[in-house]
Amino acid sequence: MIRFSQVSIRYADGAAPVLGPVDLTVPEGELCLVVGASGTGKSTLLGAVSGLVPHFTGGTLTGRVTVAGRDTRTHRPRELADVVGTVGQDPLGHFVTDTVEDELAYGMESLGLPPATMRRRVEETLDLLGLAELRDRPLATLSGGQQQRVAIGSVLTPHPRVLVLDEPTSALDPAAAEEVLAVLQRLVHDLGTTVLMAEHRLERVVHHADRILLLPGGGAPPVLGAPAAVMARSPVHPPVVGLGRLAGWDPLPLSVRDARRRAAPLRDRLGARPPADAPGVDAPVRAPLLTVRGLTVHRGRVEVLRNVSLAVAPGETVALMGRNGAGKSTLLRTLVGMHAPARGSVELAPPAGEVGGAPAAPHRTEPKELLRRVGLVPQDPRDLLFAETVAQECAAADGDAGAARGTCRALVARLLPGISPEAHPRDLSEGQRLALALAVILAAAPPVLLLDEPTRGLDYAAKARLAEVLAGLAAAGHCAVLATHDVELAAEVADRTVVLADGEVVADGPTGEVVTASPSFAPQVAKVLAPGRWLTVRQVAGALRPATGGAR
Amino acid sequence: MGARQATAGVSRAPWRAPVATRSNALHAGAWWLWALGLATAASRTTNPLLLALIVAVAGYVVAARRTDAPWAHAFRFFLALGALVVAVRVLFAIVLGSPIGGTTVLFTLPEVPLPDWAQGVRVGGRVTGEAVVFAFNDGLRLATLLICLGAANALADPARLLKSLPGALYEVGVAVVVAMTFAPRLVADLLRTRDARRLRGRSDRGARAIVGVARPVLEGALERSVALAAAMDARGYGRTAHVPPGVRRATTALTLGGLLGVCAGSYGLLAAEGAALGVPLLLIGLVAALAGLWLGGRRSARTRYRPDRWGARAWLVSGAGAAVAALMAWAAADHAAALQPPVVPLAAPELPVLPAAAVLLGLLPAVVAPRPRDPARPTAPVSTPAPPPPPAPPTVPSPRSPA
Repeated sequence: MIRFSQVSIRYADGAAPVLGPVDLTVPEGELCLVVGASGTGKSTLLGAVSGLVPHFTGGTLTGRVTVAGRDTRTHRPRELADVVGTVGQDPLGHFVTDTVEDELAYGMESLGLPPATMRRRVEETLDLLGLAELRDRPLATLSGGQQQRVAIGSVLTPHPRVLVLDEPTSALDPAAAEEVLAVLQRLVHDLGTTVLMAEHRLERVVHHADRILLLPGGGAPPVLGAPAAVMARSPVHPPVVGLGRLAGWDPLPLSVRDARRRAAPLRDRLGARPPADAPGVDAPVRAPLLTVRGLTVHRGRVEVLRNVSLAVAPGETVALMGRNGAGKSTLLRTLVGMHAPARGSVELAPPAGEVGGAPAAPHRTEPKELLRRVGLVPQDPRDLLFAETVAQECAAADGDAGAARGTCRALVARLLPGISPEAHPRDLSEGQRLALALAVILAAAPPVLLLDEPTRGLDYAAKARLAEVLAGLAAAGHCAVLATHDVELAAEVADRTVVLADGEVVADGPTGEVVTASPSFAPQVAKVLAPGRWLTVRQVAGALRPATGGAR
Repeated sequence: MGARQATAGVSRAPWRAPVATRSNALHAGAWWLWALGLATAASRTTNPLLLALIVAVAGYVVAARRTDAPWAHAFRFFLALGALVVAVRVLFAIVLGSPIGGTTVLFTLPEVPLPDWAQGVRVGGRVTGEAVVFAFNDGLRLATLLICLGAANALADPARLLKSLPGALYEVGVAVVVAMTFAPRLVADLLRTRDARRLRGRSDRGARAIVGVARPVLEGALERSVALAAAMDARGYGRTAHVPPGVRRATTALTLGGLLGVCAGSYGLLAAEGAALGVPLLLIGLVAALAGLWLGGRRSARTRYRPDRWGARAWLVSGAGAAVAALMAWAAADHAAALQPPVVPLAAPELPVLPAAAVLLGLLPAVVAPRPRDPARPTAPVSTPAPPPPPAPPTVPSPRSPA
């Protein structure tokens, strides 16, 4: 169905190719997953299938890409529209019309299908994706998961034989991601659609794949093979694979279910809970940096937060979880004073060096003063970046924060080694951009650090770096609150987890207890090793190391 | 289908209009014809009572038949604009004086002495009741025109109106729709980036804050436009059907020739002589241009999904507007004094019965147009042969609904 022969793509003459050379054949009805670290050319590969690379993006493609027998060299994207359906990373950027039903029909209208056929297919697709109740809704009012489903539906209606998806679940909470993946599974099984998909959150998708294409980057040739075989050598892999590699299981389990069936001996050996790693138990009680009491926030006539109370002490890292629209972002924005509380209060302790400072209410504090107490990295770090080069951005950040010159540059050098100071912030990868935004905020050294959905678009290496940075900050006496859908990250970095639902706190406690209590928030390792309270591969590795050392 | 839902209501009150669904939605053009009819009627009179009646009729129909969509809230804006127009017109009459004479002096403003070259312009001076009333009536007429257009805006979905354009103009329609969805997102971006300035410890107020965020916001908008263009291309936008070269040439010739004809014809009509030649030339030009548009539409392979149908209700709604306009034009001849009440000497205006009855005809759409859905009481899923939903209380939010 899709055939790449000796394809390589470069964007500038003489530059190293961003992709290739790739030889790849994806037969009809297969779900092929493309994995690799950031910047290894996943999106470029997907774009080449729909013809957007190079027709739309520029660049030079050597070799030959054919889809259903059509050469993308001679067929423009619009002439491939009846065989390839493409959904990009941002569903809002994909919408042409304004309501769900019109959006589903748009592609078919362009192809000139007869009205009766269009009507039938729209109804079928509304049912297939569970969108029937939303048919008249304006697209802008839908939640992230609903938008993603509409975007997939809108390319399904022309009945393409190939579906190309770039990170379809990256913005979704675990439940919404399951919904989308269930739909894809159904398409592959029932309609024989060929799916080519790139995704960073491998723990969500790897067990759905028929084959995996690994782009190792750095000029190494791509590897195509059965999921277990590729995962055994892949530098990016989900925790369950990490656990399997650690325990030496062969064949490697890809799903929690497979791993659980093999894990009985490991469970016996590990015992109920990580020995010394129970976080926060012996921590001395210190005055909290951030205190929220009975907070209620209204937006318009909707009560977004209701009676939320929370106190965060120095050195604590708190994960804020809950489905899309539960009020996580609103809570963080209230903590930096963007919304005024309708009832209740938010208090920020004065910065460490200041003796006798009074606690401040964020919505009544001047931005400059506020930055010395609390810093927020918003969902899209691009919002924070105004300058044209990294160097200018750093200089501006020092000025804003009143810090010594070079403070921000030093932070960037630590968080992002090897970045050119002349690079434009928009040209950085997602992970680099997050690091830059983090450095900009940290230049003011606020004791309270807030992160909204920091792992969107980050690969495992970037996430590991983020976890290190957060651990370092906690050790230095900062506290951090991160709103996230990423249960693996929460398990890795957070001592405490707070779950929000419909604007209320429904759970608040040590991460180990909160996440293992709920199947949708439990990380993979916890699911495999339940009822033991193990959360991460790192903990397990730590526990196994002395044991193996002793045996030797 | 949802029709069954509607028939349940109809059985009790068979004359009531059905609940609006996409299948029976009134053609957007019908609302515009109705509103233009009312506007034409308003332009024929300066009688404040009649004008107020027209505003009331338009307002009532909007209140009865508008949906909950964003554009439907525009009507309040047009009302405010109308009030502003009246206020400005009256203020100008007070400050700058008015050619209307009159004897009822209300008060006298200090007059600003002006040099000789400004003869005929007066600032300040006597303000007469006649001048104020005349300015008020005149302003009210313009305000009523605006409010009629506002009513059409509030009632007709602009996107669906554009969808009714002929195929050859499809690209223009898409550009407008894209622009309409882009503008609100640009505003949202602007607000978000301004918030982000606050996070950097900068002030979020004042002109500098706006200038500081303009560039990142425009960069973001540009990035998004490119992404949208890519998505549209990948979804088949701009696919063309094969058209023989002869037809293509004919299209060009007809469109260009037709437009030339229209230009020449209008010139002939407006020029002192040549009206005899102007009318046929204009007509021929129009026909040729329309034929060109129709032929041009064959180049695009597009089809239309559920286009609005021009049904009996659309005829009634547009007919109501046309009737109001026609009756008013007829009354303008017969009841000239009542439609253009003299302001000198001052007298209370009378409400002429026949024209008022004609304006009331404009209320017809409030009865015949499909009723908007009650937002508080969601109707069952429209269409799909799926089984009826379980009788769950509608207040329980679905697990995926945003908070």
